[in-house]
Amino acid sequence: MRALAWHGKHDVRVDTVDDPEILNPRDAIIKITSTAICGSDLHLYDGYIPTMQAGDILGHEFMGEVVETGPKSTLKKGQRVVVPFTISCGSCFHCGKHQYSACENSLPADNQDIAQTGYGQPMAGLFGYSHMTGGYSGGQAEYVRVPFSDAGPIVIPDGVEDEKVLFLSDILPTGWMAAENAQIEPGDTVAVWGCGPVGLFAVQSAFLMGAERVIAIDHFPRRLELAKRFGAETINFEESATYEALMEMTGGIGPDAVIDSVGLEAHGLFADNVIDQIKVSTFLGTDRIHAIRQAIIACRKGGRVSMPAVYGGFVDKFPLGAFMQKGLTLKTGQTHVQHYMPALLNAIMEGKIDTTFLISHTLPLEQAPEGYRMFHDNQNEVTKVVLKPEWQQAAE
Amino acid sequence: MAETLDPNVADDAPLTTSKRTDAALDAATATLIDKPDQGNADTLIGRSVTINKPRAELYAYWRDFTNLATFMENVEQVEILDADRSRWVVKAPGDTTVEWVAQITEAREGETIAWTSVEGADVPNSGRIDFRDATGGRGTVVTATILYDPPAGIIGKVVAKLFQREPAIQARRDLRRFKQLMETGEIATGARNRRLLEEGKN
Repeated sequence: MRALAWHGKHDVRVDTVDDPEILNPRDAIIKITSTAICGSDLHLYDGYIPTMQAGDILGHEFMGEVVETGPKSTLKKGQRVVVPFTISCGSCFHCGKHQYSACENSLPADNQDIAQTGYGQPMAGLFGYSHMTGGYSGGQAEYVRVPFSDAGPIVIPDGVEDEKVLFLSDILPTGWMAAENAQIEPGDTVAVWGCGPVGLFAVQSAFLMGAERVIAIDHFPRRLELAKRFGAETINFEESATYEALMEMTGGIGPDAVIDSVGLEAHGLFADNVIDQIKVSTFLGTDRIHAIRQAIIACRKGGRVSMPAVYGGFVDKFPLGAFMQKGLTLKTGQTHVQHYMPALLNAIMEGKIDTTFLISHTLPLEQAPEGYRMFHDNQNEVTKVVLKPEWQQAAE
Repeated sequence: MAETLDPNVADDAPLTTSKRTDAALDAATATLIDKPDQGNADTLIGRSVTINKPRAELYAYWRDFTNLATFMENVEQVEILDADRSRWVVKAPGDTTVEWVAQITEAREGETIAWTSVEGADVPNSGRIDFRDATGGRGTVVTATILYDPPAGIIGKVVAKLFQREPAIQARRDLRRFKQLMETGEIATGARNRRLLEEGKN
């Protein structure tokens, strides 16, 4: 089959590789109809994530048609499914508590040592996201092997186009969980750092959960315009001083809840960020965290900090004093995708949530490397790249 | 598990987590684990895993030693010799194997299986697997405690392979595979297909 493989920093290629096969009883093989490039794929592209190997197939936002099933799969050939990026067994203690991204059984035992050492306990396996998350081949390919296919994928009714439901795989539940973690109360003002897909879905979700105002912060005008379309007020941090603007816009109180949907590759020429970049490039610190620092400083006393953004390692100059003194609450984590999928599919079917606005570019899978380059170089215009294998292009 | 005869090792932490390894070894061999007759077994490791299944079910699976090669990566075969004795064949570098005969020293239904290797073992070892109810209805805590004699030379390299970089890591990986098999009915792999699985690419 054809698949997008990682070969090194800023080097991804569409290669011909062996097809996937059923290996375990609960597996299914999915023939991909649509797959997307995620912002977190750019962390891989930029070489920030350790334990990548040349030839690893990327992609954790995908959907398609069931073409083969193991004896314990509950899926049927021909069904259309969206697959969660978190691989979860559905049988362990954490899956029982709907903490699917903490699944205890989906990360292969031989891949658990890094997380065991670095994080204290291993997390769930993920598709297409390095060997410390399991080395699972991703879905930017023609076919993918999906483990625990009885517990993860959600069946999509006929007649609903891919573009409406594809983002159930990651970014829509991630944006929703970000807003849920902000524990929004009626009348709240919520500030969202980063108007990438997760930030934009968090804006929509925050309003649906009762926020009175949402303030969106970014430096890409096109992304701020999309946030505005959903009713957010905006701050362009290249034009305005973010902290001062937030304090003035909230009458000196600060936002009730803050959401960092930027993560470990925060942009901006702020003094602390420049120092972080030097440290990252010299391996003194792994994550650049300007957004979360600023969010904590701006958040009102007793407020809530939600952090859907991806971080991997250690940071310094985390404002722990401000965090403690103001009595803030932080909620974070990889998304428990399976928990949110059914309700969000309903919301999409009922027209309460629209995700199609996000797609700026649709390319053939063969042009995936160009998609990565565009997404990386022009985040203003390129908000989401969807990739289609050849058969899907022919069908449309 | 936390038997602490030595008054100097007085907390409730398992002996296998002690920073005072000599005292912990003395306490363990006095109370917890038989020392193999042969060699000088002085390396004690222990690992626990919580499995969301009843004790009886887990014990029964483990007690049939022919099942163990399913989730113990380096165990090639366990042959049952009689009610108490089994012959273990374990993979070693260069397509060779090491062997020992294990004698069961204690078997309590649903609770404990303990063994020691008999004279002639390539790697003298003893150990116990304890099954106890987890708190909060979370199933069973399975604890493996193993005492072995890390040999020098060629056999030392074999043991390095057997237990990989750090002895307890292999025990932890094997217990995690046991958990996966018991809770999900399969052992997770990141391999895309059979060829990659057989090449050990994860």
